[in-house]
Amino acid sequence: MPQGELFVPPQPDALRDWFRHKPKHLTRKVTTAREAIGQLVRDGDYLAVGGFGTNRIPTALLHEILRQGRTGLGMSGHTATHDFQIMAAGPCIDRVDVAYVVGLEARGLSPAARRLFEGGLLKVTEWTNAALAWRYRAAAMGVPFLPSRIMFGTDTWEYSAARAIQCPFTGMKLAALPALSPDVALIHVHEADVYGNCRIQGISVSDPDLARASRRVIISAERLVPHDEFRRDPTRTVIPHFCVDAVVEVPYGSYPGNMPYEYFSDEEHLQAWLEAERTPESLRAFLDKYILGVEDFPQYLHLCGGLPRLQKLRRLELMLDTEGRGESTERL
Amino acid sequence: MIPRGGGRALNAYDSYNSMELMICLAARYLEDGATVVVGTGAPCAAAMLAQKLYAPGLVIMFEAGGIGPLLPTMPISVGDSRTFWKGISASSMPEIMELCQRGMVDYTFLGGAQVDMYGNINSTQIGGRQAPPKVRFPGSGGANDLASLCWRTMMIAPQDKRRFVPRLDFMTSPGYLTGPGAREAAGLPPGTGPYKVITQLAVFGFDDATKRMRTENLHPGVSAPEVQDNSGFELLWAPELPVSVPPTGDELAVLRREVDPYRYIIGRN
Repeated sequence: MPQGELFVPPQPDALRDWFRHKPKHLTRKVTTAREAIGQLVRDGDYLAVGGFGTNRIPTALLHEILRQGRTGLGMSGHTATHDFQIMAAGPCIDRVDVAYVVGLEARGLSPAARRLFEGGLLKVTEWTNAALAWRYRAAAMGVPFLPSRIMFGTDTWEYSAARAIQCPFTGMKLAALPALSPDVALIHVHEADVYGNCRIQGISVSDPDLARASRRVIISAERLVPHDEFRRDPTRTVIPHFCVDAVVEVPYGSYPGNMPYEYFSDEEHLQAWLEAERTPESLRAFLDKYILGVEDFPQYLHLCGGLPRLQKLRRLELMLDTEGRGESTERL
Repeated sequence: MIPRGGGRALNAYDSYNSMELMICLAARYLEDGATVVVGTGAPCAAAMLAQKLYAPGLVIMFEAGGIGPLLPTMPISVGDSRTFWKGISASSMPEIMELCQRGMVDYTFLGGAQVDMYGNINSTQIGGRQAPPKVRFPGSGGANDLASLCWRTMMIAPQDKRRFVPRLDFMTSPGYLTGPGAREAAGLPPGTGPYKVITQLAVFGFDDATKRMRTENLHPGVSAPEVQDNSGFELLWAPELPVSVPPTGDELAVLRREVDPYRYIIGRN
């Protein structure tokens, strides 16, 4: 039987009670990052982050957790890359469900995140991206687990907290993935209204399920739009207001991550992070300068080059600098 | 697939590096109308090359949700904007994983720190299975899912004794596990498993009877002993060992001019 620790056991009936008492009416939820994190994230909570590592991540909210010195957090490492770096920098976390952490995809490995693992400073349970996605889905569906056909025969299975079950209809062996309901989800979206209705452009990763699975949901949004916008085109609402507890407007809130159709990732800044992580001392100096020593996210953006830099990343995202220069690589 | 002839006899195309060779060989396995889930790096370059040269109907997918993009440049992340640029659909991770689980995905490409003779892969850690590890890597990500669920798994990886090991420190993703029938016995979907491994020295398949890695093609100028010397386990050998067909002028031209003009991948050689 797999020997990994189940950090958040499925509790569908407790969740039904929780969700029953969540306010459903349209109430104004706009607040600041400082207030939202201050009121809704407690030491020891289990945290999940939307987006995909360096794409559509709620950077401003994560900075605030670091600034407020939260500790003992659990984290879902559902392709957690730069978001994981920020939480590892505290360190704010002491346990993690791993699908993908430590790496920053093509950019290399995070020395600070490695130090946490290799120094035995984290409790670790292994999973996969699909496993964590379906664990959110199970919680969103209100069931204690979902069956799947992954992980069998490997050490990933052995160090997970899944269980083998037999299908009552076909007799086949299935991997039961326990529902994962985080205490808090942090999700960055393109547009929200003051009540917490949300729109996302581009890939949604696991965020529709994550928003429905989590006890508390904090949204940061590139921009607030009038509620009538949602009424005008309800097909585009991917997260309804009654899932959401707080809404924070943060322009460029995914920087240095990529925000689809808005701005590309800042590879130079991400590289500077990686280099700063070489020693705990250089990381501390970097954090002091960019996060701990600033008041808020706009100050961080200013330190990173401000509007001219963001304008450049916007042109990069929309590929405007190559348009009309005969450098198009399309054939189809 | 038989590569198109290299019509453009430019001197620059007489030579190529081993990364270019691996990408061109991998691209030829992706037929028109197939579906493939790729990550960043060499696999993505191979899929882009195939899409531009042989397989305009190749459906390229990324695990974070991108489906059928007309990739304008090499993505940096499997979830960045390029992965659904002018795509068929900007979907979700469950959407992609469920496509795989219900049998709609033909190919995937994986990498890893270690591979064994059954094509099992380690991308989790070095220094034993227990925590804390000596060296920690990212973990499965979507690799275990894709290796479990896609019909055919391919690898593009440099080959040496540190990477081709007799025993993995940690088995992140399933190949043929311990041999014939082991995947099915473990509970994985039947008919799936490793298909090809493409290195800087050779192309490997898997022997039907033993499910062990088997050398099928030697790259130009590479000898059989050299291939065995760069493996920590005993390789099997196909009865015939045709020399890999080198990249054609067309392939190199498209790879260098359109797929990776800034040499992010092919410059890593």
